[in-house]
Amino acid sequence: MASPGDATLDTSHVGKKKVPARYWLEPQKEGKDEGEVGKDAESIKKRLLRKEKKKEKIKEKKKEKMREKMKEKAKKMKQRDTLVEKSISGKSDPFPGPAPISQDRVRKFKRKTKTKRSGSVGNKLRDMISRSEETSEMAQKQSARFDLLLPEDAGFLEGDEDEDTCTISQEDIADAVDITSGAKYFNLKLSQFGPYRVDYSKTGRHLLLGGRRGHVACVDWQSKQLMCEINVMESVNDVKWLHSEAMYAVAQKKWLYMYDTNGIELHCIRKFNDVLRMQFLPYHFLLATASATSFLQYLDVSVGKEVAAICTKTGRLDVMCQNPHNAVVHLGHHNGTVTLWSPNQKEALVKMLCHQGGVRSIAVDKTGTYMVTSGMDKKLKVYDIRTFKPLNSYFLPAGSSCLSLSQKGLLSAATGDIVQVYRDVWSTTVTKPYMAHRVRGTVWGLHFCPFEDVLGVGHGDGFTSMLVPGAGEPNFDGLDANPYRSAKQRQEWEVKALLEKIQPELISLDPHELGQVDSATFEQRHQDRVQALGFDPLAKAKFIPKYKKKGRSSAGSVERRKKQVAHEDQRDVIRETVEDKMKIEEERRQREKKAAVLSGQKSALDRFKK
Amino acid sequence: MAKVSSKKKLSKTKAKKSSEVADDSAVKKTEVVYDEEEDEEEDLNDNVTSEEEEEDGEDERRRQKLLEAISALGGKRKKTLGERSEAAVQLSEFSVNAEGEGDKINLSDLIGSMDKTPQVSTKTKKQLKTLQKSNRTVQSPLSKQETERIQRDVAFQKAASEVTRWKGIIKQNQRAEQLVFPLNEEPPGPKPMERVVTGWKARTPLEEEIFALLSANKQPIHDPILTPQEEVSMKAMSLEEAKIRRAELQKARALQSYYEAKTRRERKIKSKKYHRVQNKAKRKDFVKQFDEMVKSDPAAALEELNKMELARMQERMSLKHQNSGKWAKSKAIMAKYDEGARKAMQQQLEVNKDLTQKLVTAVNDEEEEEEEEECEGGDPEVLPDFVNDAEQGVDSSNPWMRGKLSEDPAEKETSEIVDLTAEEESADVEEEEEEEEEEVKETEEEALLREFDSRRKRRQAQETDMIPVISLDDDEEEESKTAVEEEEESITAVEEKEESKVAAEEEEETEEEEEQLSEFTNLYKEIAESRREAEAEQAEAAAAADAETSSAQLEETLMRIRTLEDTEELLMQEDSAADEAPVPPPAAEDPPPASQPAGTNKKRKRGIELKQVLTKATKVIRVPLAQTVEDAEDSDDNQEQRGLIREAFAGDDVVSDFLKEKRKQEDAGKPQVVDLTLPGWGEWGGTGLKPSRRKRKKFRMKAAPPPPRKDVSLPGVIISEKRNRSITLHQVNTLPFPFETHTQFESTIRTPLGRTWNTERTVKKMTKPKVVTRMGAIIEPMAREELMKDKNQATVADRNSVNSGKRKR
Repeated sequence: MASPGDATLDTSHVGKKKVPARYWLEPQKEGKDEGEVGKDAESIKKRLLRKEKKKEKIKEKKKEKMREKMKEKAKKMKQRDTLVEKSISGKSDPFPGPAPISQDRVRKFKRKTKTKRSGSVGNKLRDMISRSEETSEMAQKQSARFDLLLPEDAGFLEGDEDEDTCTISQEDIADAVDITSGAKYFNLKLSQFGPYRVDYSKTGRHLLLGGRRGHVACVDWQSKQLMCEINVMESVNDVKWLHSEAMYAVAQKKWLYMYDTNGIELHCIRKFNDVLRMQFLPYHFLLATASATSFLQYLDVSVGKEVAAICTKTGRLDVMCQNPHNAVVHLGHHNGTVTLWSPNQKEALVKMLCHQGGVRSIAVDKTGTYMVTSGMDKKLKVYDIRTFKPLNSYFLPAGSSCLSLSQKGLLSAATGDIVQVYRDVWSTTVTKPYMAHRVRGTVWGLHFCPFEDVLGVGHGDGFTSMLVPGAGEPNFDGLDANPYRSAKQRQEWEVKALLEKIQPELISLDPHELGQVDSATFEQRHQDRVQALGFDPLAKAKFIPKYKKKGRSSAGSVERRKKQVAHEDQRDVIRETVEDKMKIEEERRQREKKAAVLSGQKSALDRFKK
Repeated sequence: MAKVSSKKKLSKTKAKKSSEVADDSAVKKTEVVYDEEEDEEEDLNDNVTSEEEEEDGEDERRRQKLLEAISALGGKRKKTLGERSEAAVQLSEFSVNAEGEGDKINLSDLIGSMDKTPQVSTKTKKQLKTLQKSNRTVQSPLSKQETERIQRDVAFQKAASEVTRWKGIIKQNQRAEQLVFPLNEEPPGPKPMERVVTGWKARTPLEEEIFALLSANKQPIHDPILTPQEEVSMKAMSLEEAKIRRAELQKARALQSYYEAKTRRERKIKSKKYHRVQNKAKRKDFVKQFDEMVKSDPAAALEELNKMELARMQERMSLKHQNSGKWAKSKAIMAKYDEGARKAMQQQLEVNKDLTQKLVTAVNDEEEEEEEEECEGGDPEVLPDFVNDAEQGVDSSNPWMRGKLSEDPAEKETSEIVDLTAEEESADVEEEEEEEEEEVKETEEEALLREFDSRRKRRQAQETDMIPVISLDDDEEEESKTAVEEEEESITAVEEKEESKVAAEEEEETEEEEEQLSEFTNLYKEIAESRREAEAEQAEAAAAADAETSSAQLEETLMRIRTLEDTEELLMQEDSAADEAPVPPPAAEDPPPASQPAGTNKKRKRGIELKQVLTKATKVIRVPLAQTVEDAEDSDDNQEQRGLIREAFAGDDVVSDFLKEKRKQEDAGKPQVVDLTLPGWGEWGGTGLKPSRRKRKKFRMKAAPPPPRKDVSLPGVIISEKRNRSITLHQVNTLPFPFETHTQFESTIRTPLGRTWNTERTVKKMTKPKVVTRMGAIIEPMAREELMKDKNQATVADRNSVNSGKRKR
């Protein structure tokens, strides 16, 4: 990309200027140095005019509009920058300055609003502020410019006239698309080990299946290569990939286990018992688990330490999701409330009443703006999670047991054995699904595959990979989650990710809180410190009189000695205040005296005054 | 003495002077006294010596002396000063006698003589006079400490003023975004030899010898070893120059390649007619030129004539066109039967005649030569030699901007069009057109090449008057362009026809396609419909009555929930009425809609609102596929019923529980009232005795109300008000120095620095170090010259800024 605002030469190095006729140029521009080459300029002008005519003859109809536009643009540019710098050839640049960037693109990269200039600030401060404004503006603009490098766009399914997209079957889609995409629609018939939980790795390459009856398998699902398959001989509640596709966690009947891709058991974590649901926070390396004993626990998988264990006191926790924006964990409860948790606080950050029945499933979108919940009252609700206000409420005839949101904001909801996919649940009121598909058994787990237009459905009869056009993010960040990375790249990424790991203390509702100045009072901070340390570092040691022999440590004398040092710190203060008072009094008296003298009026009775 | 610093100096000097004067006078006084004593002695001596020498006035004097002595005896001793009476070789300097001896000396006495002596400067005179006028006594001189202090003061001021001159540049440096040390360094790169040499001295004897030799042979040592041209080339081209140069070279190369291609093409053309026509044109052209030449340049015309003559001679000598070759013989055999062969032979003979004719233009040969020249286009000689030359002149424009090459695409287009049309049209027309075009092109390119060459020559010769030549060039170009225009006009007509034809064809095609498509879609639709129907049938078969009942139930439940809600409201009212301490409702949010039953109590607003939130108008979503498998949780009909009831009543519980919890939280957040009453103080105490009401009122400390909770306006939400302690450890808790408000600071750190969020350039800019030092470079203190330079720059910059400001206005 050409760097904008580069200096151009302001002196022309040629005396003679031969102007190639550009259709956006006007002939009037000529004659800058008419005095010198007046004749020449005249002839050029004529020629230009003739050329213009000719051009017009040729491309009259085609180009007229465009030319006019360009002319206008050029004019605008001229107006904007009256001092157009001359280029080498002596012609003024028809498009001076950096290329314009569309406003909404710039807005996309806006970070907070800039401060208004307060009137009287010091030189240094003003410099500092202006410099930082400049850089942040530059950052914003550059990012907007480079947004050009994300050319891919998500598509979507479009039905014919009076044809619902939801009636289009998966087979039809698979037939219509290319072979590689068509191969992404498949069914795994695994009826033996019961309903399956599903999880895709962060890059979307690997699939983890966990059957209720102990079957755990991880598959490179695009090449359909089975990496490992084991039966843990216990009931499996949930499965989750950890930071990379080398390790995964399985919540089994009693404890939490970790396996590698060869199916070798790496850890059995006894501290985490009766886990029902798990969420992995990829940037914090935290595995959050919700257990049947109503404990929410956080495990730091980079150091293998339990970061926090919170007793939520809300009964069995089998509904869980995370907010990818701020790494806050959402839990759904049987009393229709949804609670938000961070590992730093023993009580819920937010508790909101969402449903009249129990909450069955929650999903939060990628930007952390919207939360979708479904409850026993057969309703599907959409909340703005920043303001905690309900946006939309839908009634699903059968309710939905599982919810999942894709990167592009498609919502999939499972009702019994039917998987429905909705578009724009928050911006518009939806009346019918975008897509629907029936699977063989009751849906147990739903998960959109990242960077792919695929929805993985785990159900009683195995696993179904559905094609959902427009679900995945088409542009991936190669440094963050690269679906095509090699083993070497993965290792490198792992090291970098570990170095950039975010500490769990920084999890809060507002991720920008770190950039704010802590405006707590000294008292409050002191209190925090006391709480953190367990004692008051500023507290004075209590005076204990020394024990003296020969009866001098009798209760009376001890009391007396105590009294001698009692309120020592206050004594000084009291002395000072008394002195101050005296001084003020003295001043007042003197002032009065002076005033009296100045007034000069002597009454007859003054003689009696002392 | 030292009152005001500014006056200090003056007064001090005054004081000094006055003190000096006083000293002088004192000295004089003592001197005078001293004189008196000396004189006495001397007088005595004098008396002794003069006794013998002078005798006539001696008596008189003696008498006088005696008298004096007697008088002296009487009163107090009167000293007399010796009188300077006669010239002597040795004179005592102290023997000067004053008139008013013994009197007090006044300043005026001393000054009196001053006027007469011209040596005294007027300045001192003035000073003395002012001194005379003033009646005040002069103050005593200052103490040493004080004078030193004053001196120090003055010195400090001087130094301070000296130092403050640096203030500007220092501030500028402090404020600079980045400083690169050493400051104002020369750019790296090769240095001219002379500069290196001048800074270097011969030290070793060998070097000295060499230098001696060099100087003896008058070889340049310090004098410029480099010529200015060399220096220029040393500096290498600037970017702009290089760009221009490259562009020019590119254009030349392109032109050359065009030229080559064209000649190649021409050579390949086998059409005799074409060549004939071309030759004809050339001939005409040549004749015209020759006529002109005769008028304008007779010498050149003569030369041309000579050439022609030579060609004629050669023709006459050679057997070329005399039908004596192999080809001619074979033709001669055939001539009897073949018309064409006969014609060809005839032509040959004609050519010969033409060529051998005396005083005829002898065009053929000439044109052959020309053709040959053209054919040589492939040789490197044709390439204008300036292509390979280095360019030095600054006044060369971008050839791309100047030349006609910018029109090339258009030309190409036209040529393409011509090709297209040519295929359809008859061969004759095609040939003619091509010829025309070729001609035109040729002229254009040749003109351009010529122009280049001429420019080149001009530049080399460094001619100053360019204008007439340029105008000539332009004229040429104009001519060529008019030709092009005409041609293009003709082409456009053809093109339009073509277009219309093509469009018609396309339309037909699209129509056909559409028809096919519609057929396809119809088929597809039919298939899809049949499939759907089959599916629906299947589903119906599977679900049978179950689905129907379920849907009916669902509808029912929806209704029922609504009715239940109404009852719930009533229940709520009762509940809350039963509650003894109803919490005042929070700030009202929205007025309840009209559909709300009229009986609702306003006090119970909150609960109702909450329920409103819960029963926000829901949209029923139609699902195309009916559910076949029931959820494990409510598979049975009975269970479903029970579940529904449970849900309904659970909902009731849910709401009230939630409200209770919220209330509890709010209460916990409220500050407690502190009761400081001490029973028994100032009144009777004991069991059953309560402190008086007045006292209780006095000693109950009510804290200020807390700030409003974040969830005041959100009935269905409880937001924890607890402080997040963990993050405060990482936050900034005191505002850094230059900032005045939190917002200022926060806005300066709002942009992340990392590569994850920014482009490379931005990251580099944001993480630019404040100070950069080059490894191994010596950073010297700023010199005084720098100061001056900077001042100049600053003034220039100021002026610029002022100018720009004006311009802006």
